[in-house]
Amino acid sequence: MASTLFDKIWDAHVVTRRDDGSVLLHVDRHVVHDLSSHPAFENLRRDHRPVRAPGLTIATADHVVSSRIGRRDDSYPKGADFVLALRGNTAANGIRLFDLNHPRQGIVHVIAPELGLTLPGVVLVCGDSHTCTNGGVGAIAMGIGTSEVEHVLATQTLVARKPMTMRVTFNGALAPGVTAKDLILHLIGSLGARSGTGYAIEYAGAVVDAMAIEARLTLCNMSIECGARIGMVGPDDTTFGYLHGRPYAPKEGIWDRAVAAWRRLPTDAGARFDKEVAVDASQVAPQVTWGTSPEQVAPVTGRVPDPAGAADASRREAMTRALAYMDLAPGTALASLRIDRAFIGSCTNGRLSDLRAAAAILKGRKVAPHVIALVVPGSTSVKREAEAEGLHHVFREAGFDWRESACSMCAGVNDDMVAPGERCISSSNRNFEGRQGPGARTHLASPATVAASAIAGHIADARITGG
Amino acid sequence: MEKFIRLEGVAAPMPRDNVDTDAVIPIPWMKSLAPDYARALFAAWRWKDGDGVTELDDFVLNREPFRRARILVAGSNFACGSSREHAVWALTGFGIRCVIAPSFGDIFFDNSFKNGLLPLVLPPDQVRRALSLLAAGAGACRMTVDLEAQAVTFPDGEVVPFTVDAGRRKALLLGQDEIGQTLQDVDRIDAFEQRDRQERPWIYEPPLNA
Repeated sequence: MASTLFDKIWDAHVVTRRDDGSVLLHVDRHVVHDLSSHPAFENLRRDHRPVRAPGLTIATADHVVSSRIGRRDDSYPKGADFVLALRGNTAANGIRLFDLNHPRQGIVHVIAPELGLTLPGVVLVCGDSHTCTNGGVGAIAMGIGTSEVEHVLATQTLVARKPMTMRVTFNGALAPGVTAKDLILHLIGSLGARSGTGYAIEYAGAVVDAMAIEARLTLCNMSIECGARIGMVGPDDTTFGYLHGRPYAPKEGIWDRAVAAWRRLPTDAGARFDKEVAVDASQVAPQVTWGTSPEQVAPVTGRVPDPAGAADASRREAMTRALAYMDLAPGTALASLRIDRAFIGSCTNGRLSDLRAAAAILKGRKVAPHVIALVVPGSTSVKREAEAEGLHHVFREAGFDWRESACSMCAGVNDDMVAPGERCISSSNRNFEGRQGPGARTHLASPATVAASAIAGHIADARITGG
Repeated sequence: MEKFIRLEGVAAPMPRDNVDTDAVIPIPWMKSLAPDYARALFAAWRWKDGDGVTELDDFVLNREPFRRARILVAGSNFACGSSREHAVWALTGFGIRCVIAPSFGDIFFDNSFKNGLLPLVLPPDQVRRALSLLAAGAGACRMTVDLEAQAVTFPDGEVVPFTVDAGRRKALLLGQDEIGQTLQDVDRIDAFEQRDRQERPWIYEPPLNA
């Protein structure tokens, strides 16, 4: 019977089915970080339960860590306890840790694919909602809470209930200057922030087939922003080419056998999804959010909408509250909004291709004098590769601050925060109230849009700025 | 885990959609290994400049009788966004053991059941009705959630039935230790991995900690 990518991977990981409809799902890869794991280890210690499979587990410090060059455990003072706890917990349980200044350190969802830890057909979990990023290489990857982290550490399984499936098909071709980030923001804007709740989403179509892996990771990253815990793309030759030779990918001798298995994973012709959505990607323009939910988004050429035109009372209230928080008046052109900060980084857009896209626009130009601009590579490897290409010189000469890898200003989780009332154009994934710091006002966009806006000093269309 | 059988108490209305977990517990309140959860709940909306001391009078949990709320009635997609289980711990730390909404963020929904907090899905029209009764102060804003009988009593006395997934209901009623349950299946996990090692050796060898 014709089957979906999701169903094939899910069914292959069912250890046992329970009477209540739940299953015990095997976890192949568990990624642990500093912010969400400590109570899980504490409970295991209390209950005298060992970690079942340290060989399937990997850890890194990315959240409560400083991004400053030359950082130490306490460069961000509140982070020292977290880093020390992670170091102790992983050492006590035999788990490999990519520590603060390890060459493989980085944001969990950046390092897992780039090291070949995430592979097609695996079930990967991590105590972070953007784990869905990893689905870009054809895996079931999902964010879990700390109790589930504890459960996976103790049993290498998850008690799970099968979600419904949704396929989003992007037809046509992306217009010049439009990126995976714009595409996913557009999708969230058109379907809404709860459209994917209860679903695993597969992205398909000519646009996705043509995408490089890093773009697919960006696309899958924001699945959670439309409510879906899982986003994925069928593995293909692009995937295999990306993974071949990566440190934890299968080695020669077994590589061909792995690829043969992975080729059986993509969704079969005629497989049924619970929901199908088709998008004409050629009509999508660069996107910028104007509100406090990722669904509150418009083309960069657009204007702040009027709550009076909202579809229903609930949306009208949400829009009114968002505009008050963002200090915006209906009808204002988005491309006229003066910004105070520009941030490039995060698990959404902190990879080498993102830095290249931003640098192409920044080369030979200067950030507007009133803008504080920050670029934080998604991993230490990304930083190293970018420096080998000289991208750090381009960023620095333009006036960007070049940092070490961390989650940083995406979540205000270290001291890289947007000050109250300041407006930030950001390549990250959430524009929630206070997300980048108490009172911060966030506008989400692609790295190219962030770079163009940093130069202009206001939100700008990178297609006009050029690169 | 603390059992959840029957809960009777003040219900607080929060009539907005898409309340995210960054709002339920803002990041500044998570930067300690032992956060003050009771104070952290909705800190940015509840305290002036999020200081944890100076109350903002118009916020629902700063008004009587909602200071003693044990139930929260909210809009759809409650607790979307970040996977932080701290959002659940902030609610239970304050004393809230049940959130009623038309829908929830998937990860929060799962996290709740691990902590004796019932995320109760009711149809949108029922939630709207509860919100307007609470706004009007009906029945001293008290509601009862009976998980055993699967029925919720509204502030006006109306009893509305609901259903909760059987496995999750049982776990809450008994306060089950999920890990202990799973470890009873350890032979099955062993057998799975033994077979899987033959089929997908590249998952296991070499181990990531080698």
